[in-house]
Amino acid sequence: MSSPTPQATSLSSDPIPSKPFGDAAISVEPGLGEKDMVINFGPQHPAMHGTLRLILRLNGEKVSGAEPDMGFLHTGFEKLGEYRTYNQYIVVTDRMNYFSAMANNTGFACAVEEMLGIECPPRAAAIRVLMCELSRISDHILGIGLQGMDMGAFTPMLWSFIEREKIYDVFELTSGGRLTTSYTRVGGLAFDLPDGVEYRVRTFLDRLDDTVRDMEGMLARNRIFMDRTVGVGVLTRDEAIAYGMSGPLARASGVDRDLRRDRPYLGYEQYDFDVPVFTDGCVYSRYQQRLAEIRESAKICRQVLDSMPSGPINALGAKATLPSKDDVYTKMESLIQHFMLTMPGHGIKTPESGEIYHATESPNGELGWYLISDGTAVPYRVRVRPPSLFAFQSILPMIKGRLVSDVVATMSSLNVIAGELDR
Amino acid sequence: MGLEDWLGNDFISTRIKDLLAWGRKNSLWPMPFGTACCAIELMATMSSRYDMARFGAEVVRFSPRQSDLLIVGGRVTLKMMPVLQRIWQQMPEPKWAISMGACASCGGVFDTYTMIQGVDQFIPIDVYIPGCPPRPENLIDAVRLIQDKVGKTEIQRLIDERTGVDHLARLEAMDRRRTQEATS
Amino acid sequence: MTQLPLADMGKIFQERRERAAESKARRVERERRLADAVCAWLGKDLVKRAAFRDQQTIYVPAARAHETLAHCKNALGFDQLTDCTAYDTLKLEGEHPERFVVVWTLTNLGQEAMLRIKAYLNEDEPVLPTATDLWVGADFPEREVYDMFGIEFEGHYNLKRLLMPESYVGYPLRKDYPLRGRGERDNFPVVPRTRKASYE
Repeated sequence: MSSPTPQATSLSSDPIPSKPFGDAAISVEPGLGEKDMVINFGPQHPAMHGTLRLILRLNGEKVSGAEPDMGFLHTGFEKLGEYRTYNQYIVVTDRMNYFSAMANNTGFACAVEEMLGIECPPRAAAIRVLMCELSRISDHILGIGLQGMDMGAFTPMLWSFIEREKIYDVFELTSGGRLTTSYTRVGGLAFDLPDGVEYRVRTFLDRLDDTVRDMEGMLARNRIFMDRTVGVGVLTRDEAIAYGMSGPLARASGVDRDLRRDRPYLGYEQYDFDVPVFTDGCVYSRYQQRLAEIRESAKICRQVLDSMPSGPINALGAKATLPSKDDVYTKMESLIQHFMLTMPGHGIKTPESGEIYHATESPNGELGWYLISDGTAVPYRVRVRPPSLFAFQSILPMIKGRLVSDVVATMSSLNVIAGELDR
Repeated sequence: MGLEDWLGNDFISTRIKDLLAWGRKNSLWPMPFGTACCAIELMATMSSRYDMARFGAEVVRFSPRQSDLLIVGGRVTLKMMPVLQRIWQQMPEPKWAISMGACASCGGVFDTYTMIQGVDQFIPIDVYIPGCPPRPENLIDAVRLIQDKVGKTEIQRLIDERTGVDHLARLEAMDRRRTQEATS
Repeated sequence: MTQLPLADMGKIFQERRERAAESKARRVERERRLADAVCAWLGKDLVKRAAFRDQQTIYVPAARAHETLAHCKNALGFDQLTDCTAYDTLKLEGEHPERFVVVWTLTNLGQEAMLRIKAYLNEDEPVLPTATDLWVGADFPEREVYDMFGIEFEGHYNLKRLLMPESYVGYPLRKDYPLRGRGERDNFPVVPRTRKASYE
């Protein structure tokens, strides 16, 4: 079932310590009862997406204790950020959340722009919003598909990939990459939208409603799916806040907060959309939450396409913006500017002791970037506030006293992205 | 209808070895060791549009003991490397390995303290796929390269080499046994 | 949704942008007032106060950090710990009384306000009281800070390495730690292709 790792034997003899959260705490008395056994769930297990690991203490089939173990994908993103310039780092942000790379690109670019005090032009903002919402759709739709797959329904996952491939096509057309897009730059975008994107997105959106309805029809009243999800993995509103949850997971528990509405960035305030909130906080309401958010995102995409402003895609006045490649090859000033921004020892002029915490609503929740600049073109410190980290630690109260099969359901509903969790 | 009609009542002659190799190479059971971005492309390759099933490698097994093709897709870190080695050792012979993507092959863009700079330092790899992440077509190409390799491999010799048995001695022993059976 | 003519859309968008700008100004003002309240409560213990791009930062002495966080949570309504992290000032220009800085980012969900609290921490004895008794969500971030910087949180129920293996030596995000590590990544046994080779 799971592959043992070298640490498994040593861990099984340690008691799992108690949690400091009142009744929700998982407390296991030191010294195992006769019936308890410790099993190793992951890191290479089909239900532990990517490389997560849970050490479960079971009494029969009931979970009496659990300890999440992570770091199997710890890549050193934050350390690497101290050695790469701001524009170079955008490439790295793709690899952090590969379910929705565009949202990460945008989040980082927005944070740097906020720190430098520049603003990207309206067209760039609108394109970024469009791309963010498309990646939100692709993330949620695959999240639902995987949730179905973990419950034993394989079809939703295949269906979700049909839609994802269409979004990949759009991304490929705009940025050249299917998954790792690296589309934003400090102060704007790498390229303008090519012809045909609008048509593709519109046809995709027209078909999306049907797909969402199909997926809803497949799962929403499905007896097996409901039996395994309704009332499972419940997280109350207070717990969600205390655990630092954000995004769709918190909204499924009744926390009415969406950074797009409450701290608008990139002109989100212009668009007309609702923030769906569900109050049950169980796995099923997280599924409903994602479905509802797909519909809202589609709404935003349509509005962005309807009102797409024309104009430049890069903040031309700002010294921090890379000029377009065409200009670099044909114009002297652009060549000089490009040189000044890319040569080692030169680069973006940052504030001497600037620090910024800028959060965007990524598909998984509040994706915060805490940057410290020291006047050079390389950040002094890059800290990512990953939504998945806070989601993963909150699994303990959700699975306490539940069955092993509920652990699978809960894990898949959290949609923890290992790359973002471990960084 | 179909194949039976076309083949009719004819027969073909081939060597047992070739028949087995043909069957083996077209029914690879991959073990997806997908950790990061490449895992998503791996999933895309397995699902609707690219459909790896067309090439006879769709039975994805998450248990290493049931699979014969390891696809290392994604970043492998300090903490993950012992797990990967254990999984490779758990797979039964004959087995092959694909290193998918830049990170698994050479560390990719992550030259940091925790990243293994190429899993081939520590486990044997047969096919490398470039790209960050590689496109599904690249993965399909790699699987077909593996299929070529599997088709050309003398399985018994491969297993003997890997398990430390003298292959020539085995062949001689088999010959002796057959001679004895024929004479007795 | 009905399709609006483009001219109307421009006007409506303009109005919405103006409203959002007003609301942002109010938010900035709210955050400033909350920071004022924390400073007033700290009194003469306030180390430093800074604001950059309208984001309020309050430096508190390490000894009073936990107390300040508790005050923020209980009296000022900062009900969510958004993030807890740290940085190493070893190579940062400017005046720094101590080497490490621990940063808490707090969010007041009711009033939609953000506040950053910082505390300087001694290099020789980097110990702070934990915040897990206030926000249980401080669990993993504190373990990560311990893992990456070696800063200990007293009273944390399970303070051990979060991301790196237990046997790892060193604290990777400290500025004197090399980017490429100290050879740990090349230090694994080799699984050979053939078993014969391993006997040699």
